[in-house]
Order: sequence, then structure tokens, then C-alpha cells
Amino acid sequence: MTNNALTPGIAAGRLDQTAYADNFSDLHPPLDHHEALVAADRCYFCHDAPCITACPTDIDIPLFIRQIATGTPEAAAKTILGQNILGGMCARVCPTETLCEQACVREAAEGKPVLIGQLQRYATDTVMEKGTHPFMRAEPTGKTIAVVGAGPAGLACAHRLAMKGHDVTLYDGRDKPGGLNEFGIATYKTVDSFAEREVTWLMQIGGIILETGKRLGRDMTLDQLKSDHDAVFLGIGLGGVNALGLPGEDKDGMLDAVDFISDLRQSNDLSSLPIGRDVVVIGGGMTAVDAAVQAKLLGALNVSLVYRRGRGRMNASGFEQDLAASKGVRIITNASPKAVHGNGAVREIEFEYTDNDLNPTGETVRLPADQVFKAIGQTLDGDDLPALDGRKIAITGAGRTSIEGVWAGGDCATGGDDLTVTAVAEGRDAAEDIHATLIS
Amino acid sequence: MADLTSNFIGITSPNPFWLASAPPTDKEYNVRRAFEAGWGGVVWKTLGEAGPPVVNVNGPRYGAIWGADRRLLGLNNIELITDRPLEVNLEEMKRVKKDYPDRALIASLMVPVNEDAWKEILRRVEDTGCDGVELNFGCPHGMSERGMGSAVGQVPEYVGQVAHWCKKHSDLPVIVKLTPNITDIRNPARAAMEGGADAVSLINTINSITSVDLDLFAPEPTIDGKGAHGGYCGPAVKPIALNMVAEIARSPEMADLPISGIGGVTTWRDAAEFMALGAGNVQVCTAAMTYGFKIVQEMISGLSQWMDEKGITDTADIVRRAVPNCSDWQHLNLNYVAKAKINQDLCINCGRCFAACEDTSHQAISMSEDRVFEVIDDECVACNLCVNVCPVEGCITMEQMAPGTTDPRTGKVVEKEYANWTTHPNNPGTCAAE
Repeated sequence: MTNNALTPGIAAGRLDQTAYADNFSDLHPPLDHHEALVAADRCYFCHDAPCITACPTDIDIPLFIRQIATGTPEAAAKTILGQNILGGMCARVCPTETLCEQACVREAAEGKPVLIGQLQRYATDTVMEKGTHPFMRAEPTGKTIAVVGAGPAGLACAHRLAMKGHDVTLYDGRDKPGGLNEFGIATYKTVDSFAEREVTWLMQIGGIILETGKRLGRDMTLDQLKSDHDAVFLGIGLGGVNALGLPGEDKDGMLDAVDFISDLRQSNDLSSLPIGRDVVVIGGGMTAVDAAVQAKLLGALNVSLVYRRGRGRMNASGFEQDLAASKGVRIITNASPKAVHGNGAVREIEFEYTDNDLNPTGETVRLPADQVFKAIGQTLDGDDLPALDGRKIAITGAGRTSIEGVWAGGDCATGGDDLTVTAVAEGRDAAEDIHATLIS
Repeated sequence: MADLTSNFIGITSPNPFWLASAPPTDKEYNVRRAFEAGWGGVVWKTLGEAGPPVVNVNGPRYGAIWGADRRLLGLNNIELITDRPLEVNLEEMKRVKKDYPDRALIASLMVPVNEDAWKEILRRVEDTGCDGVELNFGCPHGMSERGMGSAVGQVPEYVGQVAHWCKKHSDLPVIVKLTPNITDIRNPARAAMEGGADAVSLINTINSITSVDLDLFAPEPTIDGKGAHGGYCGPAVKPIALNMVAEIARSPEMADLPISGIGGVTTWRDAAEFMALGAGNVQVCTAAMTYGFKIVQEMISGLSQWMDEKGITDTADIVRRAVPNCSDWQHLNLNYVAKAKINQDLCINCGRCFAACEDTSHQAISMSEDRVFEVIDDECVACNLCVNVCPVEGCITMEQMAPGTTDPRTGKVVEKEYANWTTHPNNPGTCAAE
């Protein structure tokens, strides 16, 4: 090992191999059997439980926890997966601290909620390790549906439609399904190729043909899909990345956070990934945190996450912010990017202090930067789409778009919180609506 | 710190915590450790007749039930009386008593129901210097199949007869240990008293099967595919034991019969409760088997602290303090009216009170859209179920209605005077005087 944290510029192999393995291991190690029983025992089995209301997929959380407590995690998994077929991934990536666990009455009582996310993982892992699939496909209906985008929304939609007996063709522009689950989430949240294994497991329902490398607008058109199928679901996500709009944005070292995260997820050798000594991440959401934390874990000496408003306005949850801080990421708020300095490659990035309403104070600060990861949001990418509402596909009801026979859900559509779990809910609900429409 | 010195039927010990006759008291080694840890007395593991000792199974002899974190709640055993030679036990008892003269040492005995057998065993144990004997009429497994243990305890005539023999052939204090596997515990207790026993101790273990292996379809603990009922003890049996102790204590004819309380005593508080219901001291087994002998230190410190706080200076002053308040249902005051009250500041909105009341009781709790739970006084019968299922201590309380106010459920004014079922107009057997 020739490089270390102090090596100037952008360098690979700043850490030894054990450090990479430790840094990118499971953020929350799974509960063992006894831990699960103890954690499950803390659930009060609330009446009309607030956690269910807080769950975007309406999982009957008290019921599945009781099923764990009574020694039937397989039944618990069916309770979960019946509402959320990606319950395994959601158990890993859901911001439970702002959803079910925030609503948990024990959070109100003691500040220590029931470990709902980890219990959900215990149940779903049990079933997935057995390799069994708890749902049966209904008799074929003869209807065919195109699901575009094999991310959380598309997968949930495809599974539900297949389960109802429809034939689904699931298209994705990349060479591998999973969408953000596969390419857009920090490695330590979903280790051991979980996203890939989950898709394989999900496909056991049958009736889904996966077509990768097929991108809407590049390899096929919406009109074609419409004419070839009885219905179309668009779960295409947000393919574009917002730009800072600053001079010098094209300098070397100015990168999109989503690409960095994707490269990390697909890497078989983390020591081959170059990372700057001084890294700056711009943004305040989950993507920004994922990029900043992982830059630090790859061995960057200094990582700053810079957000233009105050902490309270950051989209990243308090837990995510604390996680970043605990890994050594410096969170700088109320600073808006102003200029990129450097000769060919970025050397410094200049920020101007701003109040919570983005009024500039006139004072600026420069941060040294070998690499800058931009994480200021993604945008819908594509032409000939259904009518938009703002920058997303407009939907009414359960994902109906302006075009008859075309539904949409997930990040590409209005509504939702750009979370895996909301995407799953939208894909599932659109599938139910498609099914009801096609068989009526 | 309160003086915990205990005098039970003339047997003194530095505290009222004795180890019950059971596996923890089977050997000199264990008993010495117990005394070093601070136990006030020990009832030695039950001795049988001279000759070849009994044998035990060679598979599991205990079964248990647990809470979620493996907290042991109930223990079941199929162990028999001591399986070591009588001579060995007697020699060890003698040595231990000599080294610990201030501690109580009681010999537990179980021999067949004939006078000579009891006369002989009494003669032999007297030589140990022990402070008394306890007649084991309680063990519900194994020995009972041979006409001993609970097979004796279930027949009051036998109980009285053997107690009589023991008093006739020995000057030692005699404690009769009772089985709970009987309809009315007062019958064998009364027989023991009439037979001349100095005290009774209760409860011995309760017939039980702790669980069933759903793969083998066999009761647990399972030995070679079969299981036999055992004797149940530990925290789970305490309420049953408390009631049986109280039943004896509040029987007028047995008001002076000393009781050694046994059954799930785990903490100082359990001990105080047994004593308040009439026990002169307590015997402990499962708690020691679960946590080791050191737990007696908590019992000693806890009871002392509580006595200090209460201004009680003698453990004898705890005994029977709650007995006058043990009543029959028919004598409870029907003019006492209470309503549940939910403290909204403490409520965590789990809704368990609502589910319990709505589904299984009186529909006396309302739930608003924003999850505020309130008692509907018009429906509340003060059953206490909401208090029992509420996970927050002190959140729901039962508040007595003041006399003179109107109970909105019945529309009747709450009477100040005491009145019970015996004089209630709905009672067809009412014995009300005009």
C-alpha cells in the first residue's frame, strides 16, 4: 500500500483491505434469533397502531412482530411482503426514524422505539434465506403489460400484476435490474448483493420477462409499448442530474454523486476506486449523505457536506446526519456554491453564506477540494411522456397519467417522497388499478 | 437497619429467609455456601428411610417457561427426595449445624405411612442437632406413586395421623408441608393442627406439564420420548400460594397456627406479602436455583429498608398484618364506586385500554380521530382491565366517587354507608333484617 489518507489529490487504495471490509460492512448487523424475540417483546400490539399509519405501504406491523414473537417469522414475512414485496430492502433503507419508528408509542414514551426495521429484516431474511416465495400466481388472464423501469416502483408493480395472472414484460435501460436499489443506495445499507438477490427472489412469482438494456426513448417508444400491450406502467425514475449552474462546473473532479454511489455499488474491489484527499459534497439529502459518508469510508482525509440552508431543512433525516457526523463528515450549512476554482481540475470551491431563505450575506469561504460530488437533486429525463405537473409526470388516483392505458409511479411521478417505500406503494397500487381496469 | 431476627415456632434464625427442602439443600457443600451467603435457615433435602436410596431419572428433571428474554417464570421438576444414603446426609447435617449454630436447620422427612417408620427416622435425625422436622406431604411426582408425598397430603386423616406420631415420638418442633394439589387447603392444614403439628408450610409444587414438544408430541421435559407430570414452582405459582396461605390464616380455628410461606418467593417484597398474609417466615427455592444463593442479600436489604420506612422493628410485626383485610366476595362493599381515569400527560396513545375495553369489556373508553383515549363514565364499571393492560405505570387509575355524587352509569347517588351482597335486594337468599 503506497497511498494513505494524506496522499494529495485523487488516489485509490488509501486504506488496507481489512479497513475497506470493515467500513463497508452491514450498517445494522442483523438481529439474531434471541435478539429478535427480545425486540419483538417490546411491541405493545397497539390498537389501530400509529406505526401502520406511518408506513407508506401500510404493513400490519404489530401483527408481524407478534408473529415473530411466537416463533413464526415466515408468517411475519408474508404479512410484510403482502403489502410490500420489497420489504427486505425497505427494512434496510427505509428512514424508519421518520416513519414507523417515529410513530411508535415507545418513541413517545421512552425515546426508544421498537426496532421495527430490524425486525422486518429478521422476518424477510428468514424467508429469503430459505429461498421460498410465499405467493402464488393466479390463473393467466391473457393480458400483457409493459412495466418500464425495474426499480422499486416497477418491481412492485410487475410482481403484483404477475401475481394477478397477467403477463409482464419488465424493461430497464441498464444492464441489470434494481434501479436505485441496485445503483443508488450506500453500499453499507445493502451488503452481499442483496438488491440483486431480492430481484431474483421476487421473480420467482413467474410471469415476468425481464428485458434489460431497453431504455424508453432510445430503444423503444411509448406508442410502441402502448400498442403492443394492454397497459403500460412507467417507473422510470429520474434519469437526469441537476447542475449547479456555475462557471467551471466542467472541471475535472466535478462529479455527480449518483455516479459515485453507483460505481461504489458495482465495484468488486473498493481499493481500486480513486477518492480525493479533500472531498466536498454539495446537497442536503440522502444521496448527499450516502456520497459523503462513503467518501470518508474510502479513506478521504477531509469530507465536507455543504448545504445551502439550515440543518432543519435538510432532507436527510436526523439519523442520517448523525451517521455522517459519526463517520467524520463535517456538515456545513447555510453556504451556497458560488464558484469553482482550479486550473483544469477543481482545487477549491467557493461558497457564499446564506440564511435559511437563501439571502446571501456577501461573505464567502473557500474549501479545498480534489473532488466535488454534486447531490442537488435529479430530474425527469425523456421525451413524449404523459403530461407533467411541474417537473414530474402528473398522476391522478392510483398512478393514472394523462394518457389512457398508461400509469406511472415512483420518483418519476408526482406525489411520494422519493423513497423506496413510497415507490413500492405506488407501483403496487397502480398494479391493482391496472388489474381492476383490465378485468372490468 | 431493621433487625430481621426471626423466631418461628421457637426456632430462631438471623432472618426469616430459609431455603426450602429441594435440590439446593441436598448436600453439605451447598448448605455451607447458602449459610455463607446469608440464608437464615435451611430445610435439608427430604430424607427417606435407611437402606438403598431412591434413584432419579438420568434425563432432564426440570422444565421451565420463560418470558421473552428467557426470564424464568416457572419451573417444573420430577426430581425425587435425596438419592444419597441416609447416613451421609445425617453426618453432614450434624457437621453443618455444629458450625452454624445460629442458623435454622430443619430435617425434611418422607417415609411410608406407618408409625414405626416415622419413629425410626425421627430417632435418627434427632441426633443431628437439627432444630425441627418438616414432614413432606407435598411432592406430587414419583414418591406419590409409592403412597408418600402428596398421596399423604391429599388425605387429611393421614396428615393428622402422621403429625400425631411425630409429636408422640419426638420433642422436635414439627412442621407439616402441604400439597396444593387439593380442593380446599384448609382441610389438611386443620388435620395437621389437630394432629399436634407446630406449624404448616405451603405450598409444595403444583402438578404440571410445562409444555409439549410439537415435533415429538410429548410433554416436556421429555425422557426417551415420554414425559411425566412434575411439580410446578417459581414466580408463576405465587398468587396460588398467597391465596392458600391466606385461606388458612383467616380461618378462625387456625388463627394461631404458624405458617411457613412457600411458593415463588423471589424478592423481599414477595416475602413481605407472604408474611402479611400470615406466614411467620418464608422458604425459597426457585429464585435461588435461578440466580444462586446471593439473592438473599437483596431480600435482606430490601426487607430491612421497607421495615425502616414503615417503622417496623420486628419481623413478627409484619405477620398477619393483611389478614383482617382478606374478605369474602359477599362482604365487599357494593357502595364503593370507582371510575377509571386516564392521565393524558402520561398516556402514550397505544390504545390497548381501548381495545381491551371495546372488545372484551364494557365499551367505556372512547377513541378520537387523533388518538385521544378517554373514559366514558356512563359505561365504566371500574373493572380495572384498562389499568392492567396499560403499559405505563400510573397512567390509568381507579378514582373513588365521593358519596353523594351520582354515578352516571346507574343514575344512582353513591351511598356513604357500607352495603354488601348479603343484604342486596337482588339476592334471593338475602338475610337482610328489616
